[in-house]
Amino acid sequence: MAETQIKNFTMNFGPQHPAAHGVLRLVLELDGEIIERADPHIGLLHRGTEKLIEYKTYLQAVPYFDRLDYVAPQNQEHAFALAVEKLLGIEVPIRGQYIRVLYAEIGRILNHLLNLTAFAMDVGAMTPMLWGFEQRERLMEFCERVCGARLHMAYFRPGGVAFDMPAGLAEDIRDWAEAFPKFIDDMESLLSDNRIFKQRTVDIGIVTAEECYDWGFTGPNLRAAGIPWDLRKAQPYDVYDKMEFDIPVGKHSDCYDRYLVRVQELRQSIRIIIQCLDQMPSGAYRTTDGKVSPPRRADMKHSMESLIHHFKLYTEGYHVPAGETYTAVEAPKGEFGVYLVSDGTNKPYRCKIRAPGFAFLQGIDFMSRGHMLADIVANIGSLDIVFGEIDR
Amino acid sequence: MDLVLRELLEYIVDSMPSSVTGSSLTKGELIIGVQRESLIQVLKFLRDDVNCQFKMLIDICGVDYPDRDQRFEVVYNLLSLSHNNRIRVKVAVAEDVAVPSATVVFSCANWWEREAWDLYGIPFSDHPDLRRILTDYGFEGHPLRKDFPLTGYVEVRYDDARKRVVYEPVKLTQEFRSFDFLSPWEGTPTLLPGDEKATNAGKGTA
Repeated sequence: MAETQIKNFTMNFGPQHPAAHGVLRLVLELDGEIIERADPHIGLLHRGTEKLIEYKTYLQAVPYFDRLDYVAPQNQEHAFALAVEKLLGIEVPIRGQYIRVLYAEIGRILNHLLNLTAFAMDVGAMTPMLWGFEQRERLMEFCERVCGARLHMAYFRPGGVAFDMPAGLAEDIRDWAEAFPKFIDDMESLLSDNRIFKQRTVDIGIVTAEECYDWGFTGPNLRAAGIPWDLRKAQPYDVYDKMEFDIPVGKHSDCYDRYLVRVQELRQSIRIIIQCLDQMPSGAYRTTDGKVSPPRRADMKHSMESLIHHFKLYTEGYHVPAGETYTAVEAPKGEFGVYLVSDGTNKPYRCKIRAPGFAFLQGIDFMSRGHMLADIVANIGSLDIVFGEIDR
Repeated sequence: MDLVLRELLEYIVDSMPSSVTGSSLTKGELIIGVQRESLIQVLKFLRDDVNCQFKMLIDICGVDYPDRDQRFEVVYNLLSLSHNNRIRVKVAVAEDVAVPSATVVFSCANWWEREAWDLYGIPFSDHPDLRRILTDYGFEGHPLRKDFPLTGYVEVRYDDARKRVVYEPVKLTQEFRSFDFLSPWEGTPTLLPGDEKATNAGKGTA
């Protein structure tokens, strides 16, 4: 028999594949159906956010953060707002902090709802996606009511939040939050014990704790490896130190555990939301320092000083003292950090965005080696990847 | 908390006096400057030492300071889960001088170094796969350098006649405007117009 040359098969996965969660292009080297090597090509959504921010004032930079991880925009703004506040040395009024925590948790639920259900759809379950989007729509209505935008909120600003919560919103959020655990139960009844779902996820894409350290995995993916690490507990910001919640951890660090951790985080977020609503005081929702936070429109009608401040803040912006900081928050996907360098002018000198998904995606190669082609879809889904933040 | 961090900083500096070029503790954040040659050794120490345990490399990024002798700064953000600390390691490097790759210490350094190479043109020696990562295939230049214009040099459009995307030099319908918003109002001495004489006279007598 003549000797035949056996060559590995190289395949393009994406960038238009629906399971690629956006614009991921993976170059896969396959031996039959076994993955030998996965080489992600990223940057198809690169918009030069960091460069653009260097040419904008601090306030103008806020909306760019919405467009990073557009599934949970407010959590990104949170990191930037905290970084700028740290450099400015200002305190946010307590009500502002509560509103931020409340909306950061709404962002977490927004994110997990999309990720869990999209993950389920990647491995073949259609219904959770349809149910989940109904709930996401409710949440985005809450976002709209507080700031006018469903998605790109530009709501968390250095110094507090842009607007106070309108009357009646807190009650509506509470009604929703009390009913939401029922939805989680329903969704779990479709997935958690589902034979097909478990066949696709259990023991797939195991990442041990050591590998998590080595590859910079944070957030639910780290917790699924059994490490109870959560920046909300470890390095609390705003009023997270007053909140009572648990950190769910996984045991086997496979795709199924990452799913379970996120489901439990949904329940914990509801706990935080209810606590925020219970404890939220009245008062100022953004700093009263007139050199950072703009005057009320009503004041501008009769106060010359307010008019000048408004004009100066929206043209020149405020100057941030020279210095630098790395400030991180526990975004739904993991540690989202902003390394901000200020040179004392009204624009950031350097704003490096540390996106959790960037670290996850480079781990896809070692995670997927030796797995079947179909498993890479489960891996991508369980890592929670959004290209807005990876490509920046 | 600050006292503990200060002690840790002293411990780190004392352990490697020849490698550390500078250290500071500002706003509760530990920062050390490190010599380029000893970077890998320092990162290994920070990762493995019992008192440091900075097991996680959170981020690598470049910063461009065109006015400095050593133009670029490579910044490594490390996190210790067991001690709940962060530290920032900085390496100053001139243009076209290679930084030793941190991939031997932390696997995740790979992409962040590719990013720093792509956006700043900082080369990393012994890097397993130093390709561009974020910019387009065939892109020229390093966009995050301060001397790279915000608008870039080329733009793309779909050419219907040739049925493909073509690259052309960027055309601005309006000159790129960079407003200088730095206020002349703050920081200037309150000098009344026509009152220069008074201060001059004051100086003369003093």
